[in-house]
Amino acid sequence: MIDRFVAQRLGFALLILTALVVIMPILFVVGIIVAWGASAVNWEFLSAMPSDGMKAGGIFPTIIGTLLLMLGTAMASIPVGVGGAIYLAEYARDTWLTRAIRLAIVNLAGIPSVVYGLFGLGLFVLFLQFGTSIAAGALTLAIMTIPVIISTAEEALRAVPTEFRTIIASLGGTRWQGIQRVVLPQALPGIITGIILGLLRAAGETAPILFTVAAFYLPRLPQSPFDPTMALPYHLYVISTQVPGMPLEVQYGTALVLLTLVLSMNLVATVIRSYFRRRRQW
Amino acid sequence: MVDAKIRIQQLSYAYAGEEALRNVTLDVQANAITALFGPAGGGKTTLLRLINRLNDLVEETSMRGSILLDGEDIYAPGTDVPELRRRVGMVFALPLPLPGTIRENVVCGPQLAGVRDWARLEEILERSLAQAALWNEVKDRLDSPAIALSGGQQQRLCIARSLALEPEVLLLDEPTSGLDPISTGKVEESLFELKQQYTIVIVPHSVQQAARVADYAAFFLMGELIEVQEGNQIFTTPRDQRTEDYVTGRFG
Amino acid sequence: MPTNQGKRGTFARITRALTSLVTLCSGMTPLSEAMTQTDKSGVSRTRWVEFAIEGAIRLLGFSTIGFVLLIFLFLLREGLPIFYEVPLGNLFGTRWYPTFDLFGTLPLILGSILVTVTAIVIALPLGVATAVFVSEIAPHWAREVLKPMIEVLAGIPSVVLGFFGMHFVAPVIRSILGAPTGLTVFAGALILAYMALPTIISVAEDALDTVPKSYRDAGLAMGATQWQTIWKVVVPAARSGILMAVMLGMGRAIGETMAVMMVTGNAARVPLSLDSLFRPARTMTATIAAEMGEVAQGSTHYHALFGIGIILFLLTFLINLTAASAIFHKRRRGGLR
Repeated sequence: MIDRFVAQRLGFALLILTALVVIMPILFVVGIIVAWGASAVNWEFLSAMPSDGMKAGGIFPTIIGTLLLMLGTAMASIPVGVGGAIYLAEYARDTWLTRAIRLAIVNLAGIPSVVYGLFGLGLFVLFLQFGTSIAAGALTLAIMTIPVIISTAEEALRAVPTEFRTIIASLGGTRWQGIQRVVLPQALPGIITGIILGLLRAAGETAPILFTVAAFYLPRLPQSPFDPTMALPYHLYVISTQVPGMPLEVQYGTALVLLTLVLSMNLVATVIRSYFRRRRQW
Repeated sequence: MVDAKIRIQQLSYAYAGEEALRNVTLDVQANAITALFGPAGGGKTTLLRLINRLNDLVEETSMRGSILLDGEDIYAPGTDVPELRRRVGMVFALPLPLPGTIRENVVCGPQLAGVRDWARLEEILERSLAQAALWNEVKDRLDSPAIALSGGQQQRLCIARSLALEPEVLLLDEPTSGLDPISTGKVEESLFELKQQYTIVIVPHSVQQAARVADYAAFFLMGELIEVQEGNQIFTTPRDQRTEDYVTGRFG
Repeated sequence: MPTNQGKRGTFARITRALTSLVTLCSGMTPLSEAMTQTDKSGVSRTRWVEFAIEGAIRLLGFSTIGFVLLIFLFLLREGLPIFYEVPLGNLFGTRWYPTFDLFGTLPLILGSILVTVTAIVIALPLGVATAVFVSEIAPHWAREVLKPMIEVLAGIPSVVLGFFGMHFVAPVIRSILGAPTGLTVFAGALILAYMALPTIISVAEDALDTVPKSYRDAGLAMGATQWQTIWKVVVPAARSGILMAVMLGMGRAIGETMAVMMVTGNAARVPLSLDSLFRPARTMTATIAAEMGEVAQGSTHYHALFGIGIILFLLTFLINLTAASAIFHKRRRGGLR
């Protein structure tokens, strides 16, 4: 039997190796996409309409489409998400109904994205007759984003010391006054972080917009919320699997733009979180 | 004692099945300092929190008996609880300023009550800080963060914050527990000033403090009110053996 | 520190502005507006506003239950017809050829299971080992590097990982195996494993963090090395949390769509032979995503795809219910509120 301290050293080495196995591919993926996509990305690529069956020109409408989808998603998901979090953190008592809500949130978070796509198709596109449109896609993505916002926002609200609520109550403030005046402002950085993380996920999703929004090739900007649009993640899927003879450079360029969008949002969320964690007063 | 400010009548209270107060009857006189003292777990803090209904926020409780403020039952249905809490201010054991500036802390209560006139808020700010003996120390930095004040200053700020509402009653729960003797002295001095105008109920953090500040002193033990006497009598000539044991330090 | 105060003032102003924005977004009048007077009518108005706001917030909280029900309702509405349009024997048959009216879901279900299980088999040891590394032995700087990296991984869109899998992982696998294609179950599972890793690592790490320090001290005091203490004491103590990590990772993997569709090759065959791991397969999610665009609304094929959606919904519901019961159990034991 080998010496147990030697075993320990071997074990630790193995753990370090595993950690490397986990992070090296991440660096590799990001590195490759940046290295091979960078040459394709220039101002024209970002600002021009696609042409020649998407093989030339730019990806402008896909970027605008994704931004519009995110805007719609934010408008629909933030009030519900933050409101739901306030309910759970500030009002809800431990009843079967509250437990049912928590269960619903856990399940909403777990429903496969493609099933959201089916639901969006069934409810928004067909039943409510929005057609394949930004509105249908944004609402589908919003329902998907709500559980993310609720859980992070609830955590942020709960982190605000109870004493602040007691103080506001002792000064003759109502529960809502306490929330409005102290709890919400104090939890705001955490809530914003949660919102960004939720929207970031929505921005990169393809499956929910496959049948609700996406236009395969539409070289013009949408005119109303009920227009279809191209979107970045769907575009990447289309050009990498559905269009034969697509220049690799364009594919990598599109992947790079999507990755940059998502990772920069990630970075913003991280910065907000660490900045305010360091300087909060409790 | 007909004109007692607060009348607590046969009050019993329990949280989650555990009895915190048993059949307490106590009259609190206006413009005097009433000290509730006794060993920890005696129900003093609970009683304070019941007087301005802060325990409404706690779940699974049961209460019997009544508390009258100026002859009106504060637990009667339809009572305006925020209004009650404006009339009965509270200062907590740990000084905890709200996030924000000194000014924001003091004017918070009036703002919650809907006062928006800045001139009036300024007036309230100066008056309350002066009453809490803090004005001279902070008048030049009203817009700096409250958290930057020292512990003693923070506690006086919390007193000022309660006074800003011009309450009729001021409840203080061990307001000097975290403070050094000098700050404690300042807080106690301001209490003597304040009792001209307010009814004060304090849970002192020591028997000595109770003896220093009390106009009436009430001894609590395990949720029961053992005895209450005027002035310092309870410390010199306690009627009950248990009180005597406690004040002479023979308790336990 | 005048500049510092200035910043703080700005922050306060921003938060106040945002708070009022939130208030406006939810369609409520700010309370301070309603409280300009302190007279009796002001008080009753305050109460009314408070009541309205509480009602609105309560409604938003309950809406989540509504969404789950709504989703299930619409899946049923569009998917249930398949169960009387097509005989059950066909539905659970082994052949999925919708153009020939063959709707055997077995290859798809088995495909999903095979890909998911393989992914978890890869991700579990990696995830648990990384979680142990991060929470037990990593120096501070290593933690500061690892955690953001894992967050980056969690943030990479699945279509980007699928794209990478097509262009890198699959060709590599093909050249190693000398197989006709690299788009195989194994390639899909590898990508999926990495997609499940952030979930597994963070949940497992939380579980390890909740193991009391006294357990570790006791292990060390008995003369065990740190390594022995970790594997004999700490990890077993955290096993229910690790199990939950596996459940959640599995839920994530089984529902994953784009990467799997782009990388596993999408051949609808029953993956029961020994070499299935290195041959193409097709999952339930990929089937829906690939075919929904081409079917006519209301056709049998359309209903069949929604039927698969129902299966997926119920499957993830069960998985999450199991994981959630662990969460609720912990919550109750912890005595939180």
